[in-house]
Amino acid sequence: MNDINTQDAGAGTPDAMIDASCRVPLLALFGGAALWLVVGLTLALVASLNFHMPEKFGNCAWLTYGRVQPAANDAILYGFAIPAALGVMLWIFARLGRTELVLPLVPVVAANIWNLGVAVGLVAILIGDSTSFTWLEFPRGSSVLLFAAFLLIAISAVATFGARRRRELHPSHWFLLAALFWFPWIYSTANLFLTAHHPVRGVTQAVIGWWFGDNLVFVWLALAGIGTAFYFLPKLAGRQLQSHYSALFAFFTLMLFGTWCGIPQGAPVPAWLPALSSVGSSLTIVPLIAIAIIFVKTICDSTVCCKGGPLCYIKFGTVAFILSGLMLIASACPQISRVTEFTWFGPAQIQLQLLGFFAMTMFGAVYYILPRTTGFEFPFPKLARVQNWFSLAGLALFILPLAVGGVEQGMKLQNPQIPFADISNSSLMFLRVSTTGQLLLLLGGLIFALNVFGLTFKWKMALLKSLIAAIKSPLEIAEVKS
Amino acid sequence: MKTGFHVFLAALIALGASWCGFVLAPVLQLGTEKQAAVLNSSDIYPIQRPGDATLGLQVYRASGCAACHTTQVQQDGVSCEIALTSLGKNQPQEFKKFIASLLELPLLNSRSNSVTAQLQDWSGAVPQIIVTNLDADAANDLLQHINAAGCKAEVHVVATGTDTARSWGTRRSVAEDFLWDDPVQLGDIRIGPDLADVGARLGNADWQLLHLYAPQSVVKGSVMPPFRFLFEVHKEKIAGVPSPDALHLPKELAPPAGFEVVPTDDAKNLVAYLLSLRADVPLYDAPFTALQAPTNAPSNKK
Repeated sequence: MNDINTQDAGAGTPDAMIDASCRVPLLALFGGAALWLVVGLTLALVASLNFHMPEKFGNCAWLTYGRVQPAANDAILYGFAIPAALGVMLWIFARLGRTELVLPLVPVVAANIWNLGVAVGLVAILIGDSTSFTWLEFPRGSSVLLFAAFLLIAISAVATFGARRRRELHPSHWFLLAALFWFPWIYSTANLFLTAHHPVRGVTQAVIGWWFGDNLVFVWLALAGIGTAFYFLPKLAGRQLQSHYSALFAFFTLMLFGTWCGIPQGAPVPAWLPALSSVGSSLTIVPLIAIAIIFVKTICDSTVCCKGGPLCYIKFGTVAFILSGLMLIASACPQISRVTEFTWFGPAQIQLQLLGFFAMTMFGAVYYILPRTTGFEFPFPKLARVQNWFSLAGLALFILPLAVGGVEQGMKLQNPQIPFADISNSSLMFLRVSTTGQLLLLLGGLIFALNVFGLTFKWKMALLKSLIAAIKSPLEIAEVKS
Repeated sequence: MKTGFHVFLAALIALGASWCGFVLAPVLQLGTEKQAAVLNSSDIYPIQRPGDATLGLQVYRASGCAACHTTQVQQDGVSCEIALTSLGKNQPQEFKKFIASLLELPLLNSRSNSVTAQLQDWSGAVPQIIVTNLDADAANDLLQHINAAGCKAEVHVVATGTDTARSWGTRRSVAEDFLWDDPVQLGDIRIGPDLADVGARLGNADWQLLHLYAPQSVVKGSVMPPFRFLFEVHKEKIAGVPSPDALHLPKELAPPAGFEVVPTDDAKNLVAYLLSLRADVPLYDAPFTALQAPTNAPSNKK
């Protein structure tokens, strides 16, 4: 059994040196992530406004819903979620291995390539150059940049992992290493089969698209997010992870079953595909239960009060993951999917996974890591707690109406007597409530960006001061000598 | 889980299995898919879309139409209905009584025991659908009785489900429908109606253009944003004589006098694509009885 507290301290490089080695790469990754989060949430708000005043956006091609909506999702997933996860991953590998970050300059370069790729991709979607595959809208050029940047960061992460001083592995290691391996495989497969010069024919495109979407949004985010949570939950709650073996079980079953979700029940494909997917999805309940048990056992006796700090974020993130997993399983069940398919229920699940689970876990991790790596407190620590409340309220106002509205929409779609225009008009009310939620989430995102950039500014100012001091001090000595 | 290699191996096996199942197997099974034969016909399906519709598919992609529209019709199952094609020497009133007596038979009570509403005040015109929602056995049985009475009737197979009841299509969408499309855009949410069969349902190009320019003017309560950026407003080339392409707009939307709204090539191509969307031929994996001669070639009237 690994003891988290002894694992994290003890022999090897002291914490301060490890943190210092991660400083520049993490600031590069988290800075980009914070920026894209604000961009993504703003785009999502614009997309949502299309339902409030469709006439306003009619003359502007790049503000039309069909372009802004995928751009928003991609900005949040590729711009914010993945770089933030990679930054957290580098730091956890360095801390768990009791070693300094290996090749610290590589992630800095990679972060810039990554941000360039995201920028190119977003502009491409907005000018109508999207590939139209969900989560793969970025055109080829941008995908190549993202892939290269990911590999560069993975090199640094694996090198840090290889240089670890403590040989035995922590459960977080399994999840995060698997995530490092996962992304290049699924991303290259999807791009080679779908956006290359000779894509596969017919509905095979759709099947591979669904496979990729599930493996990215459900499995990859789960590996990276739960890996992070399994590091932070015991550490912040002052307890051990309960237990090593349950975590191993959750890890295996998540990879074995989670990878088979994602193919909708009514899809126009050979029937074995949705049937197999339905079986895989229902078995995904196993890792969900395992993760829930680990979560409850690890934090239940903890006396640590989170007060809106990192622990609060990560606790909420884990609960949101279990809820979004349950929604995913429900929508793969043929009886339920008859109602929820093609409704707002699907986007509600995706957004809960992305913003409820993953973003919250990352906020918690970043709020814990950044002050330690830079040696400064956040400029607005109180706002960080405010952000927690904004995010909670925003998520509730954003996701609940979508899910409820989706079910209502689905039930009405089942009745052919109800005209379609009535159905789309009655879901407008739910969309309007969810826009308020999006506004709160955007405020939360702005606070996060403010804190991250404020901290970066503080650090740069301190750097500048010491630089000036360094320039000044030899002069004084020289003056004394002369 | 002692070393990184163990983790790598576990991930390799898990992801590899799913890759074989959901990437490799569909590529092997569907990657070499060919055109299918149309039922009761020598035609093959689908036929490559015409050039402007193929370009229109790219406008559909670029505008992100699939963010709000699906192109996949769902279906619960099939049922049979009986269409009377000839009364023989019988009188309509007698026939009605005869059918009513037939429906009392215990065998037929399995699914349906009522005639269609149209039959109530029917005056003997054929063909006429007389009973719907039967299973295959009951339909054949009823057909035998009707034939024995000297009438002629036929059994039609129809797709059932809410989508077909909304007349979004005559049958469910199948893999063949998307054979020539690149990219395939099935869509996953119905903020707007399904478009799998929109060319058959709303086949008027002028209506489609007007709907793209000002959706609310033709569909009351529509939530679709207007796609004005696919149109141009410019001066009439010859004053007072609008160009043949110009939209016939209602007064409140019309441009100032001397100006006209004309669709760009993108708009025309998009409409050509929408009109080419018609999944209306019976196939082996989605059978139904085609009532008119199937219009296999995508219509391209503009």
